[in-house]
Amino acid sequence: MDIGTLLHDLIFDYTLRTVALGAGVLGIVSGALGSFAVLRRQSLLGDAMSHAALPGIVISFLITRSKAPLPLMLGALVAGWLGTLAIMSIVRTTRIKYDSALGFVLSVFFGAGLMLLTFVQRLPDARQAGLDTFLFGQAAALLQRDVITMSILGGAAICILALFWKEFKLLSFDIEFGASVGFPMRLLDILLTTLIVVAIVIGLQAVGVVLMSAMLVAPAAAARQWTDRLGLMVAISAAFGSLAGVVGAVMSSMVPRLSTGPTIVLCISAVVLFSLLLAPNRGLVWNWARHQRNRRKLRLEAVLSDLYVLASQHEDQDHSHSIAVLKAMNRGQGGVKRSLDEMEARGWARQVQPQEWVLTSSGREEASRLHQDQEEVER
Amino acid sequence: MTDPVEKHPNEENFPAISVADLTVAYQDKPVLWDVDLEVPAGILLAIVGPNGAGKTTLIKAVLGLVSPAAGQVLIYGRPYAEQRRMVGYVPQRGSVDWDFPTSVLDVVMMGRYGSLGWIKRPGRQEHALALEALEKVGMLPFADRQISQLSGGQQQRVFLARALVQDAQIYLMDEPFQGVDATTERAIVTLLQALRKDGKTVVVVHHDLQTVSEYFDWVTLLNVRRVASGPVGQVFTEQNLRQTYGGRVAFLRNGADEGGNGGLHAGVAKDGTGSTSIIPDPGRTERS
Repeated sequence: MDIGTLLHDLIFDYTLRTVALGAGVLGIVSGALGSFAVLRRQSLLGDAMSHAALPGIVISFLITRSKAPLPLMLGALVAGWLGTLAIMSIVRTTRIKYDSALGFVLSVFFGAGLMLLTFVQRLPDARQAGLDTFLFGQAAALLQRDVITMSILGGAAICILALFWKEFKLLSFDIEFGASVGFPMRLLDILLTTLIVVAIVIGLQAVGVVLMSAMLVAPAAAARQWTDRLGLMVAISAAFGSLAGVVGAVMSSMVPRLSTGPTIVLCISAVVLFSLLLAPNRGLVWNWARHQRNRRKLRLEAVLSDLYVLASQHEDQDHSHSIAVLKAMNRGQGGVKRSLDEMEARGWARQVQPQEWVLTSSGREEASRLHQDQEEVER
Repeated sequence: MTDPVEKHPNEENFPAISVADLTVAYQDKPVLWDVDLEVPAGILLAIVGPNGAGKTTLIKAVLGLVSPAAGQVLIYGRPYAEQRRMVGYVPQRGSVDWDFPTSVLDVVMMGRYGSLGWIKRPGRQEHALALEALEKVGMLPFADRQISQLSGGQQQRVFLARALVQDAQIYLMDEPFQGVDATTERAIVTLLQALRKDGKTVVVVHHDLQTVSEYFDWVTLLNVRRVASGPVGQVFTEQNLRQTYGGRVAFLRNGADEGGNGGLHAGVAKDGTGSTSIIPDPGRTERS
């Protein structure tokens, strides 16, 4: 399929349009709220919340006997919340640490959810068909009414986030200072956590409970690489989330039997990988290049300084020195020859005969300036 | 600001901070035990004591950040919740994530959030106040810097600027001198003196016993219980220090021994060369 047809279908084909819109919405919401989850070091809490949502979905179906989006999402919301509450109370009332409580709640809720799911699937009720897509997600199964529900919930979550932006920033950066100036930090914590649960619930149908937390963490982690401003980070994260969501969902609905959740997660992982490697300042490639540059500079300065010291031990400024001596002085450092070549290129040193080097007058100036700088630093 | 700090009609008659019978316990372990403390307005007070003495907890209890098992705290005669605007807070520098994606100016403006109240965003006025405060701590050139690019001392000064824009009457500072460079230490001392000149009350958790008499008017010696509290000249004595730190203080005396217990403060303050000095035993008082 060429791009033109794809664009045409995105606008006019019901299924494809619904899928793309749904994935876009879930990407924006989870990307924006995920930024806060990541900055508050609650990434794993998202994982526990999404797994904990499964029994809520199934119980909600058992009660209503319908797959209308709102009751199912409500069930997921309540269960996700209960899971979070369970983790908090375990940490508060027992000696069990946060990570253990998290793992414990996640597996208990998820186990209960799976059990209920297999139970429901044996019911002689055709309406349960497709409930298992909540495990790995099935964007192609999204209906227009699902997307509308997702958009309303997500829109509300984003509005609340924008409204309490200042308070949430304070909550994420300095909770005690926030409390000291009079904001009810526990209440704000509950509100933000609720919004994060909403973001998860919105994505469950398309991405599935197993991998939904990736949509919370990955866009935010990638966005952090590109900016040092909270507002920009949230915006970039939302953009990455929706991009990966749309691309992954469209891919999975065009290829038969391709689960949406894993496809979307692979897309966002590609974005993360790209950002980790190539983002300016924080990217690994960038860091490596900076490191190399610094190392070359330090090596060069070491050789320059050594030649200067050697020269100062001789009356004759033009007395040349063997590269072997310099190599011995920079044992374990290597790169002496390359440093000398670089110095020659800059006009700081010249080779008087094979393997014999001497500083030029501008090289001597440079070296004495270097020594003065170092003395100042030491002081 | 249209909402200036409302002064209590009898403000003059109340101490800036009064703490009565304060007991705080984490689980079953008491951190503060029956502490009474009166801080008169307009003084620079140092709180000193060994690690685990409850210095930070005392400050947090005053701010209502930890709930006491018993006792009460009054700010100018009224509970903290009614007097928030009168109190500025400088937490320990290490209590936040300095890799948080925000700028120096943004952090300083957080000091205005309390006055702004819900939802309202900082505007032009907050911007101006923040810049002014940054100037006072010598950090104006760093206003747009990302906070992770700051040195420890610079981070401390940003926190001080944030407290300054709170425009408070009382400042509570948790170890502002901890691990800062000489420039920052001088900046903090200058700032403390400026605050005192403006009639503010400043309470500082302090670690360096050598500078207590040089920087502060009053001192509170704390080790779970309050050992002593009062003007440095009267309270900062060898006997009180020994009682506070147990055997953990080494007293070094060089030159002429002045004898009496009260000589410590006088010795340090008079000639400044440290004819008498007190140094905590580094092996045991180092922070854990």
